[in-house]
This record gives sequence, C-alpha cells and structure tokens, in this order.
Amino acid sequence: MSASAIIFYIISAFILGAGILAMTTRKIFRSAIWLLFSLIGIAALYFWLQVEFIAAVQIVVYVGGIVVLIIFSIFLTQQSGKEMPRQSPTKVIASALVVLLGFALTFLQIWKYGFQPTSKDFNWTVSKIGSQMLSTASGGYALPFEVVSMLLLAAMVGCIVIAMKAPSAPSAKGKELDDAKKSMPQTFQFVDDENKKVVPVSEDPGGTSYE
Amino acid sequence: MSSVPMSHILFVSTALFFIGMYGLFTRRNMITMLMAIELILNSVNINFVVFNKYLYPDKLDGIFFVIFIITIAAAEAAVAIAIIINLYRSHRSIDVENATEMKW
Repeated sequence: MSASAIIFYIISAFILGAGILAMTTRKIFRSAIWLLFSLIGIAALYFWLQVEFIAAVQIVVYVGGIVVLIIFSIFLTQQSGKEMPRQSPTKVIASALVVLLGFALTFLQIWKYGFQPTSKDFNWTVSKIGSQMLSTASGGYALPFEVVSMLLLAAMVGCIVIAMKAPSAPSAKGKELDDAKKSMPQTFQFVDDENKKVVPVSEDPGGTSYE
Repeated sequence: MSSVPMSHILFVSTALFFIGMYGLFTRRNMITMLMAIELILNSVNINFVVFNKYLYPDKLDGIFFVIFIITIAAAEAAVAIAIIINLYRSHRSIDVENATEMKW
C-alpha cells in the first residue's frame, strides 16, 4: 500500500467519523463543529484528488461562510449548551435500518458496475475553467453562470426581506417586548456637541445620568 | 494515485450521503436538518469530481457542476437561516414539529 493510499484512507476515516458524530451528537454546537471538521476533511480529499481549485472554493465557501452562518444562527436561536431531546428508539432504529439498507443497495450497484478509470491524466487549469465558464459556444457555461448570479442576487434580497423586522405587524411576543421597552426608565441622553453639555431626552428623576 | 480503486472513493461519498439521510430522518431541529442537507450536497460534489477526474479527464463539466452546486448551497443556506431566524422570532422554537400552521 502506497503512501497516497494510506493518506486517502486516513482522510476518509476522518470525514466519515466527523460526519457520523455531527449527525448523532445531541449538543447542537458540537454538531456544528463536527460538521466543520467533516467539511475540512472533504477539502482535504479534493486536495488529494489534485483539484486544488475546488478545495480552495470548498474551504472559502463552506468553512468560511456556511458553517459560520450556521454557528451564528445557533447562537441567535437557542442555548448552545442545552442537549436536544432524545428521539424515540423505534424511530432511530427504523431510520438506521432504512439508511443501512439504502447504503447497501447503492453500494452494491457501484461495486457490481465496477467503474474502470481511464489512464489519461486529468489536466485542468483555472484559466481553462474561467474561459469555458464564460464561453457562449457549445459546451460553454455562460448562461448557467448568469442564471446563478441572478439567483444569488435574488437570495440576497430575499434574505434581507425575510429577516427584516416588520414594524407594522408585531407578533404577540414582539408586542410584549415593546411594552417592556416602554415601561423601562428612559436614561438616554442627547449630547449637544456645540454647547458641550448633556441634554437629557426625558426628565427622569430616578434615572442615572452619565457624563 | 491509481493505487486506490475508484469504488473506495465512491464508498466514502455514498456513506456520507446516507449519514446525511440518517441525520435528516432523526433530527427535528431545523438547523441540524440544514447541516444534514449540507453533508448530502457535499457527498454529491465528491461524486462529481471523482467521475470527472477518472472517467472523463478531458472534460471539465463535473468541475462546473461542483462550482454551481456550492453556489446554490450557499444561497440556500442563507435563505434557510433567514427563514429559521424569522420563525424563531414568531414561535420561539425551531423544531419542525411546532411549525404546523401551513400543515394540511
């Protein structure tokens, strides 16, 4: 067994182990970190396959973007140290059986087909990828490129619209928060720069003033 | 490079796909389900790169598919997280069992 093969098996074990832990651990923050390790392992697999461009894209987009986004949303939506509720054992066993059966079936097909790799070298360069990406000739990817750029624009606008707080229609909980805000003592102050003095926004004898 | 048979690499991607499926089946938390979808998309990407490299080395279509899938996955994750945060604001929960307003 050559060194290359040994490295491949180490990378694969790393990917699969991190993936299994990401899907089975009950603490959601740990799950995100294991997912991060799995994605880094996949980037390592791309390096092993000598497609460095895809590996770089994988690290930049997945590790630098999506996992950070997921971790932020975990912090925004729940206590990260809390354990998730345990699933019923029948459900876990049933889904494990379904998954194992599906894996066995799929891999049996792959094994029986026995893909024969060609002996030719895979030579790609970033300039080749770039010129084919923007080519309008047959086999060019100019149209999908434009469509994907419109999709990204639409996703960006959509995210802003969805995540924006609607001021006109507050939810029940939001209304409670607003009421709580109103009942708080107003200690905000407006500092007049020209006259160098502090102008309190509302007169509140109980409030502390900061200078 | 040729010391590893192609089916071993496909074993990794198939196993990763079904690990993601297992997560999708057992998890009820929307963020963890999103993580499962990311794993599934990554396993598909591995397949595309491997098939392109070993079966059609004179073409680049698999690479393009991987690039587009990564782009769409990023857009999908961003929109999904925006929806999840909005849902958390109104329901105080991101469990799929609690989001039943649009259930028929």
